[in-house]
Amino acid sequence: MSGTGIGASVRRTEDLRFVRGAGKYTDDMNLLGQTYAYILRSPHAHATINSIDTSAASQGDGVVAVFTAEDMAAIGGIPCGWQVHSKDGSPMHEPKHPVLAEGKVRHTGDPVAVVIAESRSQARDAAESIEVDYGVLPAVVDMNDAVTADSTSVHDDVGTNICYDWALGDPEVVDEAFSNAAHVASLDLVNNRLIPNAIEPRCAIGDFDQATGQYTLHTTSQNPHVIRLLMGAFVLGVPEHKLRVHAPDVGGGFGSKIFHYAEEIIVTWAAAQLNRPVKWTADRSESFISDAHGRDHVTKVELALDEDGKFLALRESTLANMGAYLSTFAPCIPTYLHGTLLAGQYATPVIYCEVKAVFTNTVPVDAYRGAGRPEATYLLERIVQVAADQLGMDPAEIRRRNFIQPDQFPYQTPVALVYDTGDYDASLSKALDSADYAGFAARKASSKAAGKLRGIGISSYIEACGIAPSNVVGSLGARAGLYEAATIRVNPTGSVSVLTGSHSHGQGHETTFAQVVSEKLGIDFDSIEIVHGDTDKIPFGMGTYGSRSIAVGGTAIVNALDKIIAKGKKIAAHLLEASEADIEFEDGQFVVPGTDKAKAFGEVALTAYVPHQYPLEELEPGLEETAFYDPKNFTFPAGTYVCEVEVDPETGVVDIASFHATDDFGTIINPMIVEGQVHGGLVQGIGQALLEAACYDDNGQLLSGSYMDYTMPRAADVPSFSVDTTVTECEHNPLGVKGCGEAGAIGSPPAVINAILNALAEVGVTELDMPATPHRVWQAIRSAQAS
Amino acid sequence: MYAFDYKSPSSLSEAADMLQSSDDGVLLAGGHTLLPTMKQRLASASDLIDLGGVSELRGISVSGGQVTIGAMTTHAEVAASSEVANAIAALADLAGGIGDPQVRNAGTIGGSIANSDPSADYPAALVGLGATINTNSRSIAADDFFTGMFDTALDENEIITQVSFPIPDAAGYSKFPNPASRYAVVGVFVSQSSDGVRVAVTGAGPSVFRVAEMEAALADSFSAASVADISVSDDDLNSDIHASAEYRAHLVTVMAKRAVQKAGG
Repeated sequence: MSGTGIGASVRRTEDLRFVRGAGKYTDDMNLLGQTYAYILRSPHAHATINSIDTSAASQGDGVVAVFTAEDMAAIGGIPCGWQVHSKDGSPMHEPKHPVLAEGKVRHTGDPVAVVIAESRSQARDAAESIEVDYGVLPAVVDMNDAVTADSTSVHDDVGTNICYDWALGDPEVVDEAFSNAAHVASLDLVNNRLIPNAIEPRCAIGDFDQATGQYTLHTTSQNPHVIRLLMGAFVLGVPEHKLRVHAPDVGGGFGSKIFHYAEEIIVTWAAAQLNRPVKWTADRSESFISDAHGRDHVTKVELALDEDGKFLALRESTLANMGAYLSTFAPCIPTYLHGTLLAGQYATPVIYCEVKAVFTNTVPVDAYRGAGRPEATYLLERIVQVAADQLGMDPAEIRRRNFIQPDQFPYQTPVALVYDTGDYDASLSKALDSADYAGFAARKASSKAAGKLRGIGISSYIEACGIAPSNVVGSLGARAGLYEAATIRVNPTGSVSVLTGSHSHGQGHETTFAQVVSEKLGIDFDSIEIVHGDTDKIPFGMGTYGSRSIAVGGTAIVNALDKIIAKGKKIAAHLLEASEADIEFEDGQFVVPGTDKAKAFGEVALTAYVPHQYPLEELEPGLEETAFYDPKNFTFPAGTYVCEVEVDPETGVVDIASFHATDDFGTIINPMIVEGQVHGGLVQGIGQALLEAACYDDNGQLLSGSYMDYTMPRAADVPSFSVDTTVTECEHNPLGVKGCGEAGAIGSPPAVINAILNALAEVGVTELDMPATPHRVWQAIRSAQAS
Repeated sequence: MYAFDYKSPSSLSEAADMLQSSDDGVLLAGGHTLLPTMKQRLASASDLIDLGGVSELRGISVSGGQVTIGAMTTHAEVAASSEVANAIAALADLAGGIGDPQVRNAGTIGGSIANSDPSADYPAALVGLGATINTNSRSIAADDFFTGMFDTALDENEIITQVSFPIPDAAGYSKFPNPASRYAVVGVFVSQSSDGVRVAVTGAGPSVFRVAEMEAALADSFSAASVADISVSDDDLNSDIHASAEYRAHLVTVMAKRAVQKAGG
């Protein structure tokens, strides 16, 4: 390991500009002649639009244009990127998602009209004079109500609120296993709806060059090529060579900036209409009602066990909220990123999962850090705990008894996935040691003496990262490939530009990817630049989500580096008058082993561009290579989290006394960055478990629409984490990496809730949903005492 | 924001004149409620009269058994004041627990009490200590000042100048913060002095209120046990997504106990 190579905790190069306020975010950009868009949004969850009068607004000071759906009739609706089929084989219902509401609004925040003016405040002033005559309709908010036969329909042309009724597994085989089981554990639970709240609100600037017909969209996106494909091909009908999508520094995404949003279309389309740049920046209140939300499942889960606590079968039935429209990847989240994870770390022989996706008059729901996998992990790790409690088994022991064993890999689960490697007992044991599991009883006793209830909870999670391969996901309904691309451009004097299709919005790619290059080429870390986020610069790539960047994007980089080294060997062989087969590349030198013959990487690079002494008849000049990498399989990070809590029974306040995480991410490129990713994921998971909830009232109004009511986790809400790793290397990528971005958010919620329920067991509480707010915990204690 | 004229008086009398002569003037103190509300276009003003330059409204003094705090004194100044800490530690403690550092360094005692937010901390201290609110025209007892949710006894053009707190023998404040906003879901301020015991509750109801039964019990015996079994009715208490009225009623008792403990009882 070199000082800046694989395994080194290199400080993040990008942080220098971020902490100095020198980052370049979309809203930092201002174009000559720029106008400002304000979007008038629906105040109602469900209403007909009887009329819109924009005449006064059009006359407002500084107003350049006012647009409604009528003006945009020639362009398409917002496309969905994944088609799921119901268990009867029929395709999901896919109602139109108009850019601006057409005759009806379907959630509070639904865009109704756009005002474009010389300043933001002029646009907003004018928007207040738009008169919309709404006919308010009953709002469909609760999923259980939405699926009843007499429910109001969110989409009249669909006629039902069930988008699809999907299933995975053989119900008869599973039912049979249940009927023969010695014991069945059952649990109803809710996976609470979350609002992503990236620190940077979304922003989009559209620009149009009348001379060339070139469109440009600067936007807060995790995947600019995906936006270019969706908007160019499906919405605006602009060919790719005439559309540039640029996502510069982006301040957090967590999934919410994967999706193609109406505002991106509005500014790009309007820029061409007006022949002036158009900028839109969300304010925080707008983010709450226009960024796609996450989670929101209502689930029943059952686990069948034999008399020894061995799992025989798992059965799950879930209602998954889609919100009012299908966001870009919404349909695949509760299906292929959820049902397929239900084996967890366990050798459960048969599993059946059915999911009804439900339209409601709420903001669309899509991927949010973990995306389907937190929901699977939560129900699984909760039901395992319930089973352990009911059988009187130690929660660690019941897990050990059911783990897939190291000699069983590759392991075919009953829910389609094939795990390549893992050692689940290793991470469980390490986490338990770290948490002093054996000493818990003494700590509980001392808490009790102080009037507090102490509990410990375990969660052994698995996740699937780097969703792939493309042909498989295509057969499952994906309307895109899921490979990644990288170009390694070696410059004449030996510095290296890496053009990657992955997108960094906080992850530290500029550091991590440079470490990979530094390691492979043996060159100075500071002579490597990572370029991303601009469709005019980088090869067609799929962006960053699902913890895919190092496993998929990193592998594309490695493959392109291998091509560079292979070509470099040819050049070096010529320079050294040696056979290509005799050349080896070590520590930045092309050498002939056993001799003193050597050429530095920089010399070879220069020769490639100044090919005076060069095999021109056999080899092209230049040193630049591109690789597209389509993975053979997902990667499967896994680990165990142990959470200990202390509950104040008088107030219901939960204090996390300690949190111990042991993760297996395979090879780790930068331990410091990985630890930071785990910390961030844990905080988000703990936020879901204790604090965060998107609350709608019966009329579909978002009650938690600001930080006055939506509780983001803060430093004081979480303990100092104990984070450790075990390693089994991924077997199907050259780095052996698995990905680490989502694990913390996936694994932590059930650890927290299991710990709280463990604490509350002594006062008789057996049920508790997230978020476990003081109010909710106090109510649970009171209800248990009353009964 | 809607357009407004910004005015920056340098004296109290100038500020009063500006307020008097404006169509729909609003005083700007720390601005932590007013400005966000204006940004959301839920409030507007013809004139925004910034009291930040009125130095006579700032400062802390202790004399004659009173702690007197100028209306434009920030929460951070009160929290950090050794004079306040020595005289009424519970008051410094309360100020140090308002919002977050940004709020505490801009928010002021005058702005807070003029707004009369049902979840604000200061009203509990004012009523819990029997403070007096001085304005540019009169003095108002805290018990008469807070008249309802976002409502006070202030006249339209009246300006708070300072608040005087009698120094008690013992006092304590215990707050159950809203997990999101850190406002008080319930905050209870308890004091004991030669004038008797006061128990003032903020956050729980539409406006700060006293609990006579607790005051009587504590006058009898100033200990947490005295209030442990006294509960308030949840009939008129606030209820929202963070706390039901029933939970708030329960927390009044718990916070009262803890406030008495902090006060040394």
